Amino acid sequence: MKKMDEIQKRLFREIADLHELPVGAYNLRANSALAGRQTTPNIDIQSKTDKSGIDITIKPGTKRESVHIPVVLSESGITETVYNDFYVGDDCDVLIVAGCGIDNCGTQDSEHDGIHRFFIGKNSKIKYVEKHYGSGDGDGKRILNPVTEVYMEEGSTMEMEMVQIKGVDSTERTTVAELKENAKLIVRERLMTHGQQTAGSAYKIELNGDGSSADVVSRSVARERSYQKLDLCIIGNAECSGHTECDSIIMDEGRILAVPSLEANSTEAMLVHEAAIGKIAGDQLIKLMTLGLTEQEAEEQIINGFLK
Amino acid sequence: MLELKNVSFSVQNESDKTEIIRDLSLKIAADRFTVITGPNGGGKSTLARLIAGIERPTAGRIYLNGEDITELGITERAKLGIGFAFQQPVRFKGLSVHDLLKLAAGKDLSVTEACGYLSEVGLCARDYIDREVNASLSGGELKRIEIATVLARKVSLAVFDEPEAGIDLWSFQNLIRIFEKMRSADKNRSIIVISHQERILNIADEIIVIADGRIQNQGKKETIMPQITGTDSAVNPCHKVM
Repeated sequence: MKKMDEIQKRLFREIADLHELPVGAYNLRANSALAGRQTTPNIDIQSKTDKSGIDITIKPGTKRESVHIPVVLSESGITETVYNDFYVGDDCDVLIVAGCGIDNCGTQDSEHDGIHRFFIGKNSKIKYVEKHYGSGDGDGKRILNPVTEVYMEEGSTMEMEMVQIKGVDSTERTTVAELKENAKLIVRERLMTHGQQTAGSAYKIELNGDGSSADVVSRSVARERSYQKLDLCIIGNAECSGHTECDSIIMDEGRILAVPSLEANSTEAMLVHEAAIGKIAGDQLIKLMTLGLTEQEAEEQIINGFLK
Repeated sequence: MLELKNVSFSVQNESDKTEIIRDLSLKIAADRFTVITGPNGGGKSTLARLIAGIERPTAGRIYLNGEDITELGITERAKLGIGFAFQQPVRFKGLSVHDLLKLAAGKDLSVTEACGYLSEVGLCARDYIDREVNASLSGGELKRIEIATVLARKVSLAVFDEPEAGIDLWSFQNLIRIFEKMRSADKNRSIIVISHQERILNIADEIIVIADGRIQNQGKKETIMPQITGTDSAVNPCHKVM
């Protein structure tokens, strides 16, 4: 196990609010090597033997426990694909915190592609928090292409909070989910791009069981010359309800393409989509300026609030 | 003391120029509660926006305590102590009522302090403090929060643009009480309210009637009220509250 340097510690703080080692189970990965691991009687973590990654197994009935699996890259030129599988037993209530921070001061690209699969048992409740962050002033790009697959059994609930606010040059996010009877998926995505960054985020959520529901809300800000493509798709195959909302602020020369899609294969499927792209309303700036903020401060407050 | 000297404001359309404020001059003393009234479309709201710096005059000068503020922007005027409550409050996705009050106060406000301002405007603070200032709030709730943002600022000149528009009768009573309290709390603060509500006009020290971009009448309440009662400039609350 390697000792962490200051850059790595800073990255861990940014992505997982970790100021010290977390309580509960954790697996810390720094520059493609294990930097720390702890298991609990209910949560086991094992390295995969056939490829890079870990299996996290949560025993049925595990409640009020947490798993942290953050990853940081602080060397230039690392390219890695990591497969992490979560096997969550029935009747659990667990917090999972993932995320990746890249600091690239070099000239070579650094890339982390995390492929996370969740198998969530009956009536389990999972809260999943994933933050992505990039820093460093090198020419090398910081690239993150996460894939998240969620398979939900009857009556399970998954709440996902996905945040990428700063410093990632290129990202292609893919999230797919399949829900059985009465399963419920809630997604809150926050995305901000700047500079020349490009970000794609695609969702494909299949509501297969009666009583299943999905609520996906994506809020994004595209600044400077950045580009975003948001592709939100819900497929209703049963008596289900699905809602997606794609709300974006566009600034400078930023560009956003929002592609909402709904597919109903059952007359009992109730699917709704909302999408809006626009610049910051002039009235909002004026209101905050009448409170004594400069135009720039007003803009920052509006964006911070929007992405909160 | 606020002074406007020969202020005009016009907007240029494709073919013609519309004059909204025409060569208007007025003085508002530091300790006055002034209500500006007059028929719709007469230029009242534009005048309020000119004072707050949201619009700039096409001619004339504006002075605050002797300082020429004509060229100052909204932020600079706010920093000089001008507060402004919008007729149509602005919605913000993501900003909570607490966030907005903190920005208004210009410092970190404890929950107790923030709740104090909300209670002032008749909102049960606990229910609102963490609410987002977005479309989930009714027009009346937003209006009261808007007034609370002016209360949270320590302003020397507060401008309220039709504060009663969109609020119910119960809030209307409360609104009158807020203005009376604001006036008694700081004798050096001047309050300008754009309104044609008789009950707001009744608590004024001075009334200014604006029509067609000009001052049509100006003077102490006792003098002006008898002249405008029953006209568009002084309606009763059951009439035009909504």
